[in-house]
Amino acid sequence: MRKIHDIHGGIHPPERKALSRPGELQTPPMPGRLVLPLSQHIGKPAQPVVAVGDQVLGGQLIAEAEGPVSVPVHAPTSGTITAVDRFAIPHASGLEDCCVEIAPDGTDRWVELNGIDDYRAFEPSELVSLARNAGIAGMGGAGFPTAVKLMAREGRSIDTVIINGTECEPYITADDTIMQCQPREIVLGAQMLAYIVGAEHIVIGVEDNKPTAFAAMRDAASGIDNRIEVVSFPTKYPSGGEKQLIEILTGKQVPSGGLPSDIGILCNNPGTAVAIYEAIANGRPLTRRIVTLTGEALQNPGNFEAMLGTPISHLLDAAGYRAEQNNRLIHGGPMMGFALHSADIPIIKTTNCILAPTEQELPTPAPAQPCIRCGMCAEACPAELLPQQLYWFARAKDNDSLEQHNLFDCIECGACSWVCPSQIPLVQYYRAGKAAINEARQEKVRSDRSRARFEARQERVEREAAEREAKRAQRKAAAQRKAEGSDGEDPVKAAIARAKARKQAEESTE
Amino acid sequence: MGALIDQFPVLAAVAALLGLGVIFGAILGFASVRFRTEGNPLADQINEILPQTQCGQCGYPGCRPYAEAIADGDAINKCPPGGEETIQDLAHLLDVEPEPLDAEHGVEKEPAVAYIREDECIGCTKCIQACPVDAILGAAKLMHTVIVDECTGCDLCVEPCPVDCIDMIPRKSGIASWHWSLPEEDPVRTRIIATDGAAA
Repeated sequence: MRKIHDIHGGIHPPERKALSRPGELQTPPMPGRLVLPLSQHIGKPAQPVVAVGDQVLGGQLIAEAEGPVSVPVHAPTSGTITAVDRFAIPHASGLEDCCVEIAPDGTDRWVELNGIDDYRAFEPSELVSLARNAGIAGMGGAGFPTAVKLMAREGRSIDTVIINGTECEPYITADDTIMQCQPREIVLGAQMLAYIVGAEHIVIGVEDNKPTAFAAMRDAASGIDNRIEVVSFPTKYPSGGEKQLIEILTGKQVPSGGLPSDIGILCNNPGTAVAIYEAIANGRPLTRRIVTLTGEALQNPGNFEAMLGTPISHLLDAAGYRAEQNNRLIHGGPMMGFALHSADIPIIKTTNCILAPTEQELPTPAPAQPCIRCGMCAEACPAELLPQQLYWFARAKDNDSLEQHNLFDCIECGACSWVCPSQIPLVQYYRAGKAAINEARQEKVRSDRSRARFEARQERVEREAAEREAKRAQRKAAAQRKAEGSDGEDPVKAAIARAKARKQAEESTE
Repeated sequence: MGALIDQFPVLAAVAALLGLGVIFGAILGFASVRFRTEGNPLADQINEILPQTQCGQCGYPGCRPYAEAIADGDAINKCPPGGEETIQDLAHLLDVEPEPLDAEHGVEKEPAVAYIREDECIGCTKCIQACPVDAILGAAKLMHTVIVDECTGCDLCVEPCPVDCIDMIPRKSGIASWHWSLPEEDPVRTRIIATDGAAA
């Protein structure tokens, strides 16, 4: 029995998970159009390999990865490419980005898929490239390219694979549903992940507010491999943060600024484990995901297995959206999600939830009041930071102090804002602080390069000037020597004489 | 030895002090040769802060010369590309009062990059010669283009162009450069008691 550790801080917001009926998976009708952003992950956007008018089959590559930290995109169904253009994507900015638009033909014909029967006969690196080619990015929310996480690194070995079935954020039940509906695939996917990174232990962590999912995972695991541990632990937000879950399950802390791989751990979402299983066992690229549609402005909230690129408005219709009752649409959960600017935006690989609350349910935040220095934020912070200090430094734009107070260990969970009696939007200050520091770092890189180039140019200009000067001096000296060599004869007179002679010669020939 | 000191106490004291002086003088002399700093370290530190746009708006031919001038006592508010932030950093480094940007040298603008309208370029190489960071690529009578990642947005190429085919366009655009900004604060609303905001 694994010892369960506690993390610092944390909160207990109302869970509201029953609203979306976890465990029941619905399939929405085929949408009229699919919009697939080329950047559904962290890293470089994919490069489109199709043109307008092309016919594509389901599972066909439509955009290839650009560089090592990138993820390809595949067509979720058969149809015609109708645009390669800029469309609004799910992003806090509400801006547009490059997308491929597909008009499905309704037949859902697929390319031939070739799975692997015995993955253990393959080298881990070959399986990593399968995962990479299948377009898998972490499906928990951040969207980090999974293949990059799996790639072997010098001097680091992974001994434990953790499947993060915590899903601590209120309302969301997508992971709960996948654990109830596809426990076998999760376990097999976890085994594949463990094989790829050479890990000995597999731990599946589930919060104790999901007893059905826990039982399903336990049964599936015991039927496949007894050594897989399925662990239940007390519900608390944000236990599902990667670093928090690792501490809960192992008692080890990921070092500040470090990665789980630094302490020999690989952490993945259950959805990602299923995607790995599908990619390796069935050769199927990632083209669908489970999305929770919830909130009291929906008549039929629930979990939908939707094609990537499905417009949110289409899913909302399927869930019985009552627009007049909804105050705003949120991508993600109530704690870490962001408000969408419109419903005409597609779902992507990281879309785990679309929340349509009523004003009563999730009121518009009240205006912020001054900080009264109560310290409740510091008690709630799961990363053991000092949110109040960070708030003052962020307001003063004191980037050095922000870094010294480990701003970059903030996971932006929102626990501090949730407990703040003055309703200060603390996380937004931290996000702005992080952005300012990152920008300053980029500026520094730029200015260092500019300085180097300026100095190189100065040097070259000076060197060229010196060379010209040297040549001029050389020519002058040569001319002088020549003048001296011709016994004091005036070179100008000699030149005139030569010219005259030539002119006379020309005249005589005419 | 002891007897000598007893005999001439004043002379002994003078001799001891002289001896110490010679020894420490030798150490200092050695250190000044051995640990000599090349160049002006203060100018280097100032140059680190300057934005390296190399635009010459300060009146000096590049950031390094301006850094040297500041080290020699010139004003710190002549750098429009650096703006308020650079002035603050310089004031902090030099421990002087920050001054507002000197409008005589220009105003703070959004970072930009040069863009050559390639159809109109006649290949005169004048902009190439003007570029302080070699960010323009091309040859005589052939089209020129700007290496966007290297362009500092200094404007120096715009003026020499005889056909006026260079535009300065904003560097920041699109989703990749978007970032969260600080929440807007309403000073009236956040004032609960009379002294709130009094210190601000």
